[in-house]
Amino acid sequence: MTSSRIENESRRRFLQGAAGLTLAIYLPAAKAASTAAKVGAGAHTAPSAFEPNAFLRIGEDSSVTVISKHLEMGQGTYTGLATIVAEELDADWAQVWVESAPADAKRYNNLAFGPVQGTGGSTAIANSWEQLRKAGATARAMLVAAAAKQWNVPASEIVVANGEVRHAASGRKASFGQLARAAAELTPPAEVKLKDPKDFKLIGQRIPRKDNTDKTTGKAVYTQDIHLPGMLTAVVAHSPRFGAKLKSFNAAKAKAVKGVVAVLAIPTGVAVLAKDTWSAKKGRDALVVEWDEGQAFKLGSEQILARYRALAGQPGAVARKSGDADKVISTAARTLEASYDFPYLAHAAMEPMNCVVHWRKTSCEVWNGDQMQSVDQAALAKLFGLAPEQVRIHTLYAGGSFGRRASKNSDYILEAAHIAKAYNGRAPVKLVWLREDDMRAGYYRPMFHHRLRAGLDTQGRLVGWQHRLVGQSILAGSPFAVMIKDGIDPVSVEGAANLPYAVPNILVDLHSPTDIGVPVHWWRSVGSTHTAFSTETFLDELAQAAGQDPVAWRLSMLAEHPRHAAVLKLVADKAGWGTPLAAGKPGERRGRGVALHESFGTVVAEVADVTVQQDGSFHVDRVVCAVDCGIAINPDVVRAQVEGGVGFALAPVLYGAITLSDGKVDQSNFHDYPPIRMADMPRVEVHIVPSGAKPSGIGEPGVPPLAPAVANALAAATGKRVRKLPISAELLKA
Amino acid sequence: MITLNINGQAMRVDAAPDTPLLWVLRDTLQMTGTKFGCGMALCGACTVHLDGQPIRSCSTPVSAAKGKKITTIEGVGHDRIGQAVQQAWQQLDVVQCGYCQSGQIMSAVALLHSNRNPSDADIDNAMGGNVCRCATYVRIRAAIHEAAKLLA
Repeated sequence: MTSSRIENESRRRFLQGAAGLTLAIYLPAAKAASTAAKVGAGAHTAPSAFEPNAFLRIGEDSSVTVISKHLEMGQGTYTGLATIVAEELDADWAQVWVESAPADAKRYNNLAFGPVQGTGGSTAIANSWEQLRKAGATARAMLVAAAAKQWNVPASEIVVANGEVRHAASGRKASFGQLARAAAELTPPAEVKLKDPKDFKLIGQRIPRKDNTDKTTGKAVYTQDIHLPGMLTAVVAHSPRFGAKLKSFNAAKAKAVKGVVAVLAIPTGVAVLAKDTWSAKKGRDALVVEWDEGQAFKLGSEQILARYRALAGQPGAVARKSGDADKVISTAARTLEASYDFPYLAHAAMEPMNCVVHWRKTSCEVWNGDQMQSVDQAALAKLFGLAPEQVRIHTLYAGGSFGRRASKNSDYILEAAHIAKAYNGRAPVKLVWLREDDMRAGYYRPMFHHRLRAGLDTQGRLVGWQHRLVGQSILAGSPFAVMIKDGIDPVSVEGAANLPYAVPNILVDLHSPTDIGVPVHWWRSVGSTHTAFSTETFLDELAQAAGQDPVAWRLSMLAEHPRHAAVLKLVADKAGWGTPLAAGKPGERRGRGVALHESFGTVVAEVADVTVQQDGSFHVDRVVCAVDCGIAINPDVVRAQVEGGVGFALAPVLYGAITLSDGKVDQSNFHDYPPIRMADMPRVEVHIVPSGAKPSGIGEPGVPPLAPAVANALAAATGKRVRKLPISAELLKA
Repeated sequence: MITLNINGQAMRVDAAPDTPLLWVLRDTLQMTGTKFGCGMALCGACTVHLDGQPIRSCSTPVSAAKGKKITTIEGVGHDRIGQAVQQAWQQLDVVQCGYCQSGQIMSAVALLHSNRNPSDADIDNAMGGNVCRCATYVRIRAAIHEAAKLLA
């Protein structure tokens, strides 16, 4: 095994910085453990020389440490970001390390978010692309300048390759480490030349992930793995209904459990603190709690849906309008109408939510797979009456997130902080949500109801399109509510309001009910999780009604969108669209379906092949994907994200739904919220469109086309149109 | 006090007999490579070997591990099959978030111990108890085949 190449948190000492881009030179010695965060021991020397845009350090041992401002939650961002720096620096991949950045929006803001440090919307690579190229190129220029000075040769004659600086004529060469101190004395150049993409050596190649050793040997450290001296573990009793308040509790039996140290009321329930997780759980099980449900939300999913259906009969806030869709559809040669229901969905990351908080009255230290550092830092500072910079966040690996850890209101992080506060800062506290807590905590992908109408003319052309959406706003009531304009939460209608197909009359409108007390949240690919489904399955149905091939018909309406058209052609070609599917066994029905969707600047098309049994059960056999994400920094990571996106998207097609009865969440663990397992997984092929355009997102865009491609394949196999997810076998029975 | 044999070492722990082995490993011994995912033997993140058999440590009381050989992700690389599996996992860049991968690897190693050339159906069976929400299944399958090749 090679040694670890990740430092999630470690001592950082910047000796030299300058305005603008900075080459921070690092004196090694602290490269020891891969995870100083494991204990936080001696991790920080908080130097005064911090400078903005500090994205790399070079050690005397020639180690190149790239500072990641983004959370690594599986999407491969540590590898992608480090590749960009290493490319412009001409470093050898083996000498590159990655470390997570501290919470500091001044230096580490997400350029796509504004003055906020956070990871989401598949923006990590896209917003870092130029920033990190410049950071790497600047460092390279300074190493070259240092060598030129030392060797008394022109900088233009110096070549850098594979982590070595050379001057051919004199035969001199030096490692980065040998030049690091001298480079640190120089003033960074104001302008640097970036590489011509044709000279890229690492970008576009299959190079190994930086986290794959730690994650295959059990060494990678997640929040769940943090042990601090004197730390207590907290398990919390939450109300079974959203919006209920604590009325009273009896802690006698809980306190009698060996290992339980304290039982404390907090705003979100009752926390049991113990010396270990199991004792805390046993203590929580022994608690007797009464809830005041006066303000609690008590509707069930069916009642919510009935309200949404009623709302869908009335006009909503207009998200997109051109022409007169209503009139054109009403008078069209052929009119189709369909409505779709989508349930709440839990993220159900493998690592349930958790957070470690050590509050020391004048400071606060947090260990978390943190996806929204600025929001969390501000929320904690407010709670503790501290300045934001007194709240230090150690960003660890997240064991999945799918958006959950980008908490809009720091929900689970604040819960941990409230426990630390209620315990008066006497010990570091690790909040652990058990799977049931995680699944019932809300912050779901919102339930949605869609109603679509469309009209075809006598030639089978699409002349009118009307799309009405009903569902809770994710942004409302959050720090991101400023993005809501004219009653339109853009993430509710993404993928619907920007329908790419040429249609002369279109109306997209939205209802965002505010009286549903279920917390909702972004879930990998957000609005596109439902808009891709309704638009792409309805379109398929229209193609059929028009007597057109679904691929050809789509292409006829994509003249203004050449990227979409190219992706669709590529997937059709690679999937053998138009060639017959091999027949199934006797009694089996087979079908092939296609879907196309743009999200987060990336266009993805997928073709699914399915086999349906007599009883209506089905298997997705193969999914062929085509992707245009601009320059693919690491094509293998791109493929992995699309493969995983396909599997992630398949769960709510086959099984997954969070439902409520009288306000209580019906599901609790993986037996009643089933994830997909090995046998469910289709074969997946991913084809990447060659591109010289700047990179766009890849963490999410593989998700949206899967469900509609599968539903369209099922329609081809059975003639039945899917209007509701997850798909019921009853619908597909022979 | 209970004496456990973990990765070939005797370790004495102070734990109630009904404490799940998972929490003894993670909290008492701070061997955190074995993960907590569901607490109900539904996800396999906590998989370790007891005398070579894959078990879910979240639902196995520590008392049941007494006198048996426990192997965890920290020790699985000591044998040839464990090494081959870890190597294949790295070669194919299987991991994404990585949280379930200790359990996946433990199940894969147990499979290859009993079946040196597993078919896809064998893999479906042996790995069916291990959930990966990142859905790295395509590569897990490929890596098991690759490990089998490395061992051939």
